[in-house]
Amino acid sequence: MKSADLKLWVAVGLVGLVCLAWLLVAGLLLWAVLDPEDWATVTEALGGRAGLLLFLWALALFPVYAVINALIENHLRAPARLAEQARLRLESGDSRSIEPEGSTEVKRLTGVINDAIEQRETLIARMDERVREAARRTEQEKARLAALMSELTKSVVVCNLDGRILLYNNRARLQFKRLSQAGKVTGGSELIGLGRSIYTVLDRQLVAHALENVQRRLERGAASPSAQFVTSTRSGKLLRVQMAPVRAVDEDGQPSAERMTGFVLLTENITEDMRADAEKNRLLAELTEGSRASLANTRAAIEVLEDPAVDAPLREQLLAVIGEEVRHLSDRIGELQRSSSEALRSRWPLEDMLASDLIDAAISRIESELPMRASRAGDIDSIWLRIESFSLVQGLVHLAECLHRDCQVRWIELRLSSHKDRAALDLVWTPDPDADSPLDKSWESESIAGGDQPLAMTLKEVMERHGGDCWMDKETDDQSARCYFRLLLPLAAAQEELPPATFQRHEGRPEFYDFDLFQPGERSQQLDDCRLRELSFTVFDTETTGLNPAGGDEIIQIGAVRIVNGKILTGECFDQLVDPQRSIPRAGIPIHGITPDMVRGQPPITEVLPAFHAFCADTVLVAHNAAFDMKCLELKQALTGLVFDHPVLDTLLLSAVVQENHDRHNLDDLAERFGLTILGRHTAIGDAMVTAEIFLKLIPLLAERGIHTLGAALEASRKTFHARIKY
Amino acid sequence: MTRKILIADDEPNIVISLEYLMKREGYEVLVARDGEEALAMIAEHEPDLLLLDAMMPKKTGFEVLQAVRGQQSAMKIIMLTAKGRDTDIEKGRALGADDYVVKPFSTRELVDRVGRLLGLSADDNPE
Repeated sequence: MKSADLKLWVAVGLVGLVCLAWLLVAGLLLWAVLDPEDWATVTEALGGRAGLLLFLWALALFPVYAVINALIENHLRAPARLAEQARLRLESGDSRSIEPEGSTEVKRLTGVINDAIEQRETLIARMDERVREAARRTEQEKARLAALMSELTKSVVVCNLDGRILLYNNRARLQFKRLSQAGKVTGGSELIGLGRSIYTVLDRQLVAHALENVQRRLERGAASPSAQFVTSTRSGKLLRVQMAPVRAVDEDGQPSAERMTGFVLLTENITEDMRADAEKNRLLAELTEGSRASLANTRAAIEVLEDPAVDAPLREQLLAVIGEEVRHLSDRIGELQRSSSEALRSRWPLEDMLASDLIDAAISRIESELPMRASRAGDIDSIWLRIESFSLVQGLVHLAECLHRDCQVRWIELRLSSHKDRAALDLVWTPDPDADSPLDKSWESESIAGGDQPLAMTLKEVMERHGGDCWMDKETDDQSARCYFRLLLPLAAAQEELPPATFQRHEGRPEFYDFDLFQPGERSQQLDDCRLRELSFTVFDTETTGLNPAGGDEIIQIGAVRIVNGKILTGECFDQLVDPQRSIPRAGIPIHGITPDMVRGQPPITEVLPAFHAFCADTVLVAHNAAFDMKCLELKQALTGLVFDHPVLDTLLLSAVVQENHDRHNLDDLAERFGLTILGRHTAIGDAMVTAEIFLKLIPLLAERGIHTLGAALEASRKTFHARIKY
Repeated sequence: MTRKILIADDEPNIVISLEYLMKREGYEVLVARDGEEALAMIAEHEPDLLLLDAMMPKKTGFEVLQAVRGQQSAMKIIMLTAKGRDTDIEKGRALGADDYVVKPFSTRELVDRVGRLLGLSADDNPE
């Protein structure tokens, strides 16, 4: 029974009882005040009518019921219904008005609630309009950025702090294609792609060093805290890279003064520039130094000839010298004129850097890589150098390594002094008196090793690039007979440091920063603990000459597509035919559609697999019936030296995990069950694409079974019956 | 006593003139065609002054300079070089050259510098 009904019956019962009690009291009063005769008359008059009395009592309860019911309806039931209706509007977002009912007060309250509903609707509509407007602006900004980036003549790549590529322009794609060793096969997509690591192209240490410099400049409040460096790629090309920070945005929407969330790289292929630069330097040296020598010889001969005491044979000799030197000069000028058009303008990108930053970086590298201690001396905090810091630090580490290797030196001092427009950076040490003299060594002419990527330059060349020089000598006024290796470096004009607030207040926020690209990644976690939704995958498929790879069947096509942040990157596919260097059985041609003519002239597997390996870098492999495809790759390991040791997920096994009641898990069945259309079934890229779509559908189904991470997915796959299939 | 001057230069066309000029000033002149020969002749003849070309085969002028300075010799050294960069001049001076002459030079001025370094005025007879 409802609470209001119970209250109604209780109230009617109470009124009835009160009436009965009142009748009893009235009877008792009569009995007390009346004579016995009168009381007998009354009882006689009422005698036999008790039933009538009870009937009248019960009859009187009906109007009582009606009155109480009306009161309860208006003052209890109506507010309760109003509360329910209001709660429904609140929770469901229903915007219909509530019908007023009940007492006047309740009706007034209903009116107020209806007003609130209407107000809420207006607010929601306004908010929707603003969201639509913001979304439209974001789309416009995206379009503007896309237009801007496509027009840029420089390659632009934006990365987060993990080095993952978040954005790149077409120019960058074309440049990376040219840098790619397998550009013909992959179009450079193994190097550049959303979510890929920039470290496949650039040395990690080099980027870390540049990031450190940018961070230091940010902390110091520099107005434009960028850094530059030159690096060689694996394919031997030279890249000039400029790095600028992407600053974190504070809660108040202002760019942070010190915190970064990523970086922008502007890259330029300067291989040709550098070659031309070297040629230009050679020509300049020829022109200046070569001509100086000839002029000196001529001038000296003429000045001697002015002496009347010069005898005839010497006179002849001197005239011959003049003739020869003048011819020599003419020839040289002719040659220079022919070749000077080749000379280009580029130089190493030298940048201003505080000497203490360079020395601190060198000391930290030396102490971490060698069993040596290093200290600093001199006025290093006020001297600004104009240098290419990465090659210089590499050079200093190289020198320290040579000292340790050849002279068993364990302690060095990095000392700096400035003279006019140059700074002398000395690496000072105390030689072992019993050891050979270090002055005989020519460490500056050795190739600089160090790190994963040798610089392929000597310290001498590095110094020449700086317009400086280097040499080794003994201290002249030092009782301890110390030696030093001096690097003569160009000085920069001292920089004025601005307080951080200067640029924080006035620097506008570029509009195209309005992308939410810089969510911190979780790459540092163990891979197995990573959530499937956050991982990058390469979904691939191979077509082969037959079904027995161990028996000599070969790959004739590889198709692959990547999934990054839950999206299939259809624009960065890997789709390559392979010359199997054997016949293709006729029986298979109707299935895969690949004829011998199609594979003729295509690259062999030894060329395709390195490109595919690079395409898969840093991803989890996914294939349907992966055991077969992995077997094909594994069989080529000895030939290519490439190990595909990525984690592998199999959509066949994962489907068996989430759809235990189905017996069939082949690609066609799965596509049908998930309502997917297969375009190009039995082409590698077509199958890879549909496998990728199936995989994306499987992820939420796995999550429903509590399988969220890669480790859990691998474990569940292992447990399924189909895991026992072996090829 | 006749002052000895060693001309170390691989360019015969300059050596002809320098040899004549130094002889005319009354110096005894020796000639070396490369760095190693220069070091050998320094050890053998102990010249008073060395006219040293920076770019020579076998050993560069800078290497000769370092080797000679290591021997605590009193010999004066004038570097002759076609390299006119500040860094070369600074390097030459830092490694102990007494003077540094950039080609092309005035022979009169060179003769004066030689005389000054040997403690003679231009009019003095070196003999």
